[in-house]
Amino acid sequence: MQDYQLILEAYNRSGGDVSVFKQSNMAHLVVHKNKVIGMNSVKGLVLIPKEKEYGIEATIVVEKGVRIENMVHLCFGILPKEGIQEIYMKVRVEDGGGIKLLAHCVFPNAVKIIHRMQADIDIGNNSYYEYNEVHFHGEEGGVEVIPKAKIKMGKNSSLVTNFSLLKGRVGYFDLDYESEIRDNSTLEMTAKIYGYGDDRIKIREVGHLLGKGSKGVIKSRVAVRDNAISEIINELNATAPEAKGHVDCIEIIQGNAQAKAIPIVNVTNEFAKVTHEAAIGRVDKKQVETLMARGLEEEEAIDIVVRGMLK
Amino acid sequence: MEPLLHLENCSLNIDGRQILNNLNLSVKEGTIHSILGSNAAGKSSLAYLIMGCCDYSVDKGKIYFAGKEITNLPISKRAKMGITLAWQEPARFEGLKVRDYISVGMRKVDEYLIEEALREVLLEPKDYLDREVDKSLSGGERKRIELASVFAMHPKLAILDEPDSGIDILALDNIINIIKGLKKQGSTIILITHREEVAQIADITSLMCSGMVVKEGSPQEMSKYFKEKCVPCPTKTFPQEENI
Ligand SMILES: Nc1ncnc2c1ncn2[C@@H]1O[C@H](COP(=O)(O)OP(=O)(O)O)[C@@H](O)[C@H]1O
Ligand SMILES: [Mg+2]
Repeated sequence: MQDYQLILEAYNRSGGDVSVFKQSNMAHLVVHKNKVIGMNSVKGLVLIPKEKEYGIEATIVVEKGVRIENMVHLCFGILPKEGIQEIYMKVRVEDGGGIKLLAHCVFPNAVKIIHRMQADIDIGNNSYYEYNEVHFHGEEGGVEVIPKAKIKMGKNSSLVTNFSLLKGRVGYFDLDYESEIRDNSTLEMTAKIYGYGDDRIKIREVGHLLGKGSKGVIKSRVAVRDNAISEIINELNATAPEAKGHVDCIEIIQGNAQAKAIPIVNVTNEFAKVTHEAAIGRVDKKQVETLMARGLEEEEAIDIVVRGMLK
Repeated sequence: MEPLLHLENCSLNIDGRQILNNLNLSVKEGTIHSILGSNAAGKSSLAYLIMGCCDYSVDKGKIYFAGKEITNLPISKRAKMGITLAWQEPARFEGLKVRDYISVGMRKVDEYLIEEALREVLLEPKDYLDREVDKSLSGGERKRIELASVFAMHPKLAILDEPDSGIDILALDNIINIIKGLKKQGSTIILITHREEVAQIADITSLMCSGMVVKEGSPQEMSKYFKEKCVPCPTKTFPQEENI
């Protein structure tokens, strides 16, 4: 099927390894617009996609005590210039279970594309959930990406999310992840984005440290140039004793770009602690001059500094 | 023979303050030329001026390198001609690996030569190649990596701004060997240092005071003079004719 080949080609260009779709011991799901064009599941993982008018509804369940050994690969994409894709994901990790997902969202020819993702994620006790999302857009900038996630996590569990959009134009981007963390569980949310042209970036990542001894780190790395605008809200609320958190946001601006960082830190328990750091600025002159003194042009030097920060 | 680097009556003002004042300096090819001077004499500013850093372009005067005037050339161009600088306090880079940092200045990237450069500064390649040039390195480690990256570049002219500061006194011999190694490799060196033991390896020393080169001679002569006449400084503001 031609769509399958083309999606995999875009997947490959976005940095994905296509060989994973051929291995029977690795679960995957490939969706073009609202059609499931490739799928494989493994023992202990329930994967049920339902095709809808504008996308799919996927139920993902990791059964009790099952730790899925290999990374589960998801690929969502639209090949034509225009289109809408809505992904609704309902994820449940039962007690003692664990899963790591890597999702590639590819819109290589995007001129006018809307990609919405709504995830309801329920993580049990003593379990883990890692979700990595990598985007690959074309150079036109006509993509609207709106990922939302509501995450609830039990005790002694860990949650890691990594979002990155470093290849191609961002377009309009509005991410909103909110999580509730119970006793002795940990949260790590990271977002890395490089915007240019007239890209618009909005990120809101929130962690509610509700359980005793819960921990959270929210990290954002954003670079914007040209006329791009970014606004980052990183919020940690600690209401339980011994809850600990840190918010860390760095934004680099070039040209006429604008950046706003809003760290929100609420601590209502006297035995909880949350720290934050936020820095917005131009590329550090000394860093750039250091690289130029080894023979790089200014543009190349800036690129190395910015890419390093986003790594 | 015409000098590799020649500064002619160079003056530098920053925010209305005179930092360098009619400074003259000639550096011969193949030599280690040390610069001696108390704090705030203008040594680092001189280094930035030669490198072409953005706030440090001359208000008056001319700079020549390898027979060409470079007064108005940007840093990249000067670096491509073979000038480089090891910073007194080198910058930190999040997400940039030591191997990639060292390779930036290499004409042809070669894993073996990157490792050689690290061995030259007594850092074990396997422990450092994949570390980041970020805040996790100690001051001393960062300065060694700076020297390794200069080494790997094979510059015609290496300006070393206090390569020995912040480095363990026990490691001085090693720093001296690195500088000698650079010279052996064919680089001409401007060596800015406070440490007498290190300054001794120079072929010639220029004494700086208040943004000027006030005296030049053998390293022994100059450090003797510096100790006797400049510490403590008798004028505080400006070198007096009779003291020079
Ligand atoms: N960018 C700058 N802005 C203002 N003053 C500067 C700047 N750079 C150097 N200076 C001043 O010039 C003088 C010489 O500084 P520097 O070159 O760092 O001396 P040294 O390296 O000999 O200690 C000092 O008084 C310093 O404060
Ligand atoms: Mg200095």
